Amino acid sequence: RDFNERCAQCSEVNWGLTDGGRYYCRSCHNVTERTREVVNTDFMTNSRVQTISKGSRKQEKTGIGCEWYVCEGFQLVLKKQAEALEALGVCPQMKDEVLYSFWRCYLQKSKQAYCNRPSGETVKTLSVCESSTDVDSEAGRSNLLHLLSLSESEGELQTDCSFASSMSKVSESTSVYSGSVDGSLYLMKNQKEKLRMTMPMTLSFCYMALLWLREPITLSELLRFVVEGHIPYLNVFQHFPEKMKLCGLDLKIFCVESWPVYEEVYNKMLELAAFLDLPRFPDITDSCFLHPDMLCIKYLMEANLPDELHNWTCRVVKKIGIGEVDFLTLVPGNKSTRKVKYDILAAAVIVVVLKLLFLLDDNYEWLLSDFAEERNKNNKEGGLYFEFKKWYKVVKHSLDVEQKKLDEERAKYLWRCEKPLFYSVKNKSKVLKRRQMVVNLQNQFGKLSGSEQCAEKPNPSSFQLSWSEENTDGSCFHGHSLKGILQEKCGLLTAMNPDYWLCTVKLCNEKLCGHLAHYREVDFPQSYHFVLRLFSFLLRIQPSYIHDEVCMIEHKLFNKKLYKKLKYNTVLRK
Amino acid sequence: SSHEHKLNFKRSKEACLSYIQDAMLQKQWKRAAEFLTFYVESLEKDYSREPIGPSEMIWRIGTEILCHHSRSSTKEFNCFMEQMKTLGVKRYLKVCLEHVFHLLCNGQIDEAYQNLSLAESWRFGEQTALQDKEMKLIQAYRGLLDYYSWSKQKNILLEHGKCLDGFADLSVEQEMHSCFRKAAMNLKEIIKIPGVWDLFVKCYVDLLEFYGDHNEACQVLNEYAYNSKFPANPNAHVYLYQFLKRQGESKKSLISALKILHDIVPSHELMIDFNTMLQKSKKRKKRRLGLEVIFAALDYAGWKENVKAWSCLARQVKQIVISGKHLDWIKQEWNSRKDWWPAFHFSRYLAKRNWQENKSLSYEKALVAGILLGKDCKYFKYVSHQGCKAQVKRFRMLKKFVNRHNPVYLRISG
Repeated sequence: RDFNERCAQCSEVNWGLTDGGRYYCRSCHNVTERTREVVNTDFMTNSRVQTISKGSRKQEKTGIGCEWYVCEGFQLVLKKQAEALEALGVCPQMKDEVLYSFWRCYLQKSKQAYCNRPSGETVKTLSVCESSTDVDSEAGRSNLLHLLSLSESEGELQTDCSFASSMSKVSESTSVYSGSVDGSLYLMKNQKEKLRMTMPMTLSFCYMALLWLREPITLSELLRFVVEGHIPYLNVFQHFPEKMKLCGLDLKIFCVESWPVYEEVYNKMLELAAFLDLPRFPDITDSCFLHPDMLCIKYLMEANLPDELHNWTCRVVKKIGIGEVDFLTLVPGNKSTRKVKYDILAAAVIVVVLKLLFLLDDNYEWLLSDFAEERNKNNKEGGLYFEFKKWYKVVKHSLDVEQKKLDEERAKYLWRCEKPLFYSVKNKSKVLKRRQMVVNLQNQFGKLSGSEQCAEKPNPSSFQLSWSEENTDGSCFHGHSLKGILQEKCGLLTAMNPDYWLCTVKLCNEKLCGHLAHYREVDFPQSYHFVLRLFSFLLRIQPSYIHDEVCMIEHKLFNKKLYKKLKYNTVLRK
Repeated sequence: SSHEHKLNFKRSKEACLSYIQDAMLQKQWKRAAEFLTFYVESLEKDYSREPIGPSEMIWRIGTEILCHHSRSSTKEFNCFMEQMKTLGVKRYLKVCLEHVFHLLCNGQIDEAYQNLSLAESWRFGEQTALQDKEMKLIQAYRGLLDYYSWSKQKNILLEHGKCLDGFADLSVEQEMHSCFRKAAMNLKEIIKIPGVWDLFVKCYVDLLEFYGDHNEACQVLNEYAYNSKFPANPNAHVYLYQFLKRQGESKKSLISALKILHDIVPSHELMIDFNTMLQKSKKRKKRRLGLEVIFAALDYAGWKENVKAWSCLARQVKQIVISGKHLDWIKQEWNSRKDWWPAFHFSRYLAKRNWQENKSLSYEKALVAGILLGKDCKYFKYVSHQGCKAQVKRFRMLKKFVNRHNPVYLRISG
């Protein structure tokens, strides 16, 4: 189990191992007497799980491959993902210690390994069917057929139709099977209490480990790297060793045909953290990358907004207390606190600040911009005043260009890989023939496509939009001053805008309808929608999620006013 | 748009498809080809639930791209089509047929014939029966190509008829007859099925006529024109009429052949022939019909400047006026037209233009206008004035005629 005590000297939880196997604190180098349990490193390199109490392994003589269990497959996936993250700059501790420990803990808790199998529960495989009168296997097979037919109607990973229909013929010698030993069992049993492992969940594991180590990667970034191919996810089974044959129901487990959704990965992570009985995660303090103050800097830069706005974001963060350690740090299992999505939160803070300063009602911001433009003409101070209009033009143009590129990339996505997938040996030849034809057609039309055939992945980068101060065309707004839209009052600079409109007067019950508010583009000003669209692009999520967080922040910010005046008028004076 | 809530294989391929469609509509073939390369992996997924699956999409899109792309070659095209044939057994014959059409459009008659023969010999269990329609079409087109071979050989023989080359003639003749047999068999089959088979019918009839089987030809054409199971087809009647004319049939049968044509296509060019025949008939009913036919034809803008049509109308109107009988016919026809024909045919502008461009046209029209609208109507006044000024004899006669018969106009218009 991972060592979670706070260091006696510095109270941090940041442990490393000395050569002697003793824990030492990385922050202050305090060495303890605590030693680590010896770890079975075979677990990581060898795909055989030693402790599964099934009986001796047999290497199939038919050359089909070795026996392997589904969790071994996932373990390989996690290993690959961790290695990729390491290559991106994440500390090696993540893979060797944190992720591995989480995984082992999971296996224990879900009774897939490192424990005694409860009696009576044997791993059942559906073998080649003889004309058996065994009721169990009949029922099992028909259940699986049901599963397969369900997935057909969903359109996900449809089986070969002829394959499914042949299953109903009892006399056929083919059977529903999988390359893995427990593939069919894995899918059949109701695994709800035991949190069955899925491909999206591998990303939950990764994110959980990253969060534990407070690495500077947000969930939206992680998912973006996955889509861009820097982290193995799609077709990761290509990297399984030759002897681990993947077929039949394994495909339903390991092949993905959709991109992971932020909400899904995030919620699973919370579930997982609770399931593993993890303690309070390491503190997110204001020096952490994930702290809203820090993330705001990043997003302000990417959105080409003036650095001066950071003062405002910090003020908002401080005022509503979302910069507090206790608010930001994850405590698994605690259902009363709202869980924090760091990236969305930071983006929402910026949106709120923009609303505070510019109102964003499709009218005021333009007037203000004209005003700033006037002041700019007489500006002798050297630094330009920020003009909303100019910023909008520049950013909109870039956003449209990038969005268009992204849309095309998504349409050009290739989902299949060289490694063929087939449900049964019976349709192997058909699958291979199809694959060959696809390759032929790709070559034929590829030649007619034109000269540019860039197949290289773009380098992974943290910033999708970049703006340089050196550009003389004035397209970078980082250094611009907000003075053009501020006024002096009692020695302080305050916003000229006296008004604010709430996105919603009443928040919904998140537990009932899943959202705090329901965003519809037509209901809101276009400038507001534009700002949401901008961050929606950067974070690769739906605008409604940012809108939810904006609502949450607004309600915290105007808490007193909301409960004092129960008006339906949504325009409040600050 | 971009905000796909859950981007998955299916949605991604749908998006890809819409990019292909856009590119094709804008004739950006390179771009279409590019996106197609990303679409083809849809073949690896089963879409048997959808009405149109990826294999059909790829076939159709690929064909379009290869047809229009500047850098594609016939060899590539043929190779592609062969691949498409293997893709879907349910569509095999259809793909063959479309491949043949492309070859024919590119003038590759021999390759087309080979492909047709190959397709004809295809058998695939119950699919053969299911694709019966396509098979019939394939046989029909092969019959058509056989007809063209026959036709070529016939021409060769006719040429050789001028010089005396006995031996070569014999083999050509034998081949010709064998082509005839093959063609006749297949063409006969296809025209049994209700449909539009204009080209096939023409060729078949040509064959029959050459070998002197006029009865069969007549029967075939009658079937084609009058069998209610077949869709209404003006050409069927035209073919029948032309055949009867060639055979020297009586006016009565010629007229009956054209009657339905008039009903379906009153603006058909044969209406002139029809009217001419009807006018000369001894039967009153037929002459009445003739007037109806010619008026109906001139309702159409395409006939506005047709001298022949106007001369037919003019002749018949003149004849009725002179005889003094059946003025009510003209009245009946004019009734529904008097509101719009004046502006349509007899405006002052048209009078000027017709006079400038075509004196005969203006003459005929002026006569009709003079009778229908009276001597004071714009058209007649202008044309007759111009004609008399130019001292053309017939215009002077025209003026006299209309003046003399002006009361007719009063009776008609009243």
